[in-house]
Amino acid sequence: MSAQTHTVSRISQAAKIASVVGAIVLIILVAAPWWAGRADLRLMGELFLYLALASLWNLMAGYAGLVSVGQQAYVGFGGYILFALTIFGGLPPVVAIAGAALLGALIAIPVAALIFRLRGAYFAIGTWVIAEVFRLSFAQLSVLGGGSGSSLPVDIVRSLASSRSGRESLAYWMALGAAVLVITVIYLFLRSRRGLALTAIRDNELAASSLGIDIWRTKFVVYVVTGALTSMLGALIFLQKLRISPDAAFSVNDWTAFVIFIVVIGGIGTIEGPIIGTLIFFALRETLADLGTTYLIVLGVVAIVVMLKAPKGVWGLLRERYDLQLFPLGYRVQQDRKTTD
Amino acid sequence: MDWVNALVQGTLLGGLYALFAAALSLIFGVMRLVNIAHGDFIVLAAYLGLTVVMSTGLHPLLALSLVVPMMAGFGYALQRGILNQTLGDDILPPLLVTFGLSVILQNLFLEGYTADPQKMDAGLLETASVSLGSLSLGILPLLTFAIAVAVIAGLQFVFYRTALGRAFRAVSDNQEIAQLMGLNKRHIFGLAMALALAVTAVAGVLLGIRTSFDPTSGGARLIYGFEAVIIGGLGNLWGTLAGGVILGVAQTIGAKIDPGFQLLAGHIAFLLVLAVRPNGLFPRVSG
Repeated sequence: MSAQTHTVSRISQAAKIASVVGAIVLIILVAAPWWAGRADLRLMGELFLYLALASLWNLMAGYAGLVSVGQQAYVGFGGYILFALTIFGGLPPVVAIAGAALLGALIAIPVAALIFRLRGAYFAIGTWVIAEVFRLSFAQLSVLGGGSGSSLPVDIVRSLASSRSGRESLAYWMALGAAVLVITVIYLFLRSRRGLALTAIRDNELAASSLGIDIWRTKFVVYVVTGALTSMLGALIFLQKLRISPDAAFSVNDWTAFVIFIVVIGGIGTIEGPIIGTLIFFALRETLADLGTTYLIVLGVVAIVVMLKAPKGVWGLLRERYDLQLFPLGYRVQQDRKTTD
Repeated sequence: MDWVNALVQGTLLGGLYALFAAALSLIFGVMRLVNIAHGDFIVLAAYLGLTVVMSTGLHPLLALSLVVPMMAGFGYALQRGILNQTLGDDILPPLLVTFGLSVILQNLFLEGYTADPQKMDAGLLETASVSLGSLSLGILPLLTFAIAVAVIAGLQFVFYRTALGRAFRAVSDNQEIAQLMGLNKRHIFGLAMALALAVTAVAGVLLGIRTSFDPTSGGARLIYGFEAVIIGGLGNLWGTLAGGVILGVAQTIGAKIDPGFQLLAGHIAFLLVLAVRPNGLFPRVSG
């Protein structure tokens, strides 16, 4: 009776443990403003924003096969929208962040229609052109400071919370919330029908298409959702920085190069990869940052070596060795121990 | 008359962009590799030229006799040592490895040459000009354009008239069968990258004479080259020259309207072509 000798499960033992540990860690992190120092809080906030950016880039490159080197377009766009909506629209910052997400989605639609005409690697450089167009366009807007940029007025900053520590806690919680939101959205998306289609496309585009999956549409949805969420993150990032300029907002190094290194080192095409990659990236940065340019060279070399020697990244190595999956996305077939004896 | 002048200057500028693009096009044609570090290779050539000029006192154009073989050797070694390992069905490895190379190169430039903009001094060549009616044409832009035409004609000749070009086309069409016919594709790819970086060396030195450059100048050059390739149509070298000219003209016309509009106008021209003719203006007819 072969039907009884196998069991199909979705959630492995490791995933159960991970969800409990994850919940505990999350509670500890939410409470961070009461136990962490000001500098640590700031660092962790930044870490969460990078985690969210990396998870989104991973969704595009690792699942949808859309390798973008132009996500700084949306980070900068979101940042500028935050400044425009709060300064000229008079909106509270929190509403402006939601507005950035909405406008990010709206602008992503025509952009996708245009650059989806480019294939593979040419798509990558096409995204960079878009980011340049955004940067040059915002540099032309003299009301937002043109090429030299502008600062967020004090009263808008004060409107977040009256005390400095209150503002810092709020910024931290928003960053943490953004990371949790992004990872949850990606997780639920990948478990959904459309996510299954996406995974099929990742594994074999031709086969997926012959099963009736609309590849263009699936990728389009991923691109627009990623654009919206990346714009939201951009608004959050520049709410923390309080100052924006075209070069900082559309920096390819800050918002794309680091993000790509995080995903590649952690493990592309998995939800866990960007989490590990972010931790490694920040550990490297905190220990090597004093070296300045050398640190970036080391980072580049590490990324190249990982890409050549372990293309699935650190998480890929761990998963191969221990058969782990902390976010239950697939189904697992296991033989029952009793009957196989 | 100003507009005619802008048109002519833009056309000549397009020669330089075609030189940026030719190597990109060659590499993609032979091994389907899109090199994100291409712009940084151009800047590398400019820095090498600068170093040669400063240490030997040679004229920048004569320095090419050293920079070209250095870049070609670097290209061959890079291809055999690293890039060949990344080639395959998956587009991610070559993309990410060349992206990593780009970051490494930029930071090496920063360490070696600081962030200050540098420029090569070509003496009289920079200011000399000829008058054509009421137009004044710089000798350097004219020379750049002539070199671009010569380089593209040369590449065209290599591709379609020599044994090396036949090998390039063979591995491009079908790697496995080319291997069976006795070609070593790793070596052929190495030669293609060497040739591409030899062209890049010329482009980089001409860039370094024309304008100042700094460690982060590469990204924009990659984009210009890429835009010229796409505007002209993939796989068509003369189309690439036309693409470079269109880009150059769009930029000078844009600058004429408003100086801040120069770069944006070039990108807009590219996006327009992409919207109207996604395969470029002169796509190679695939038969």
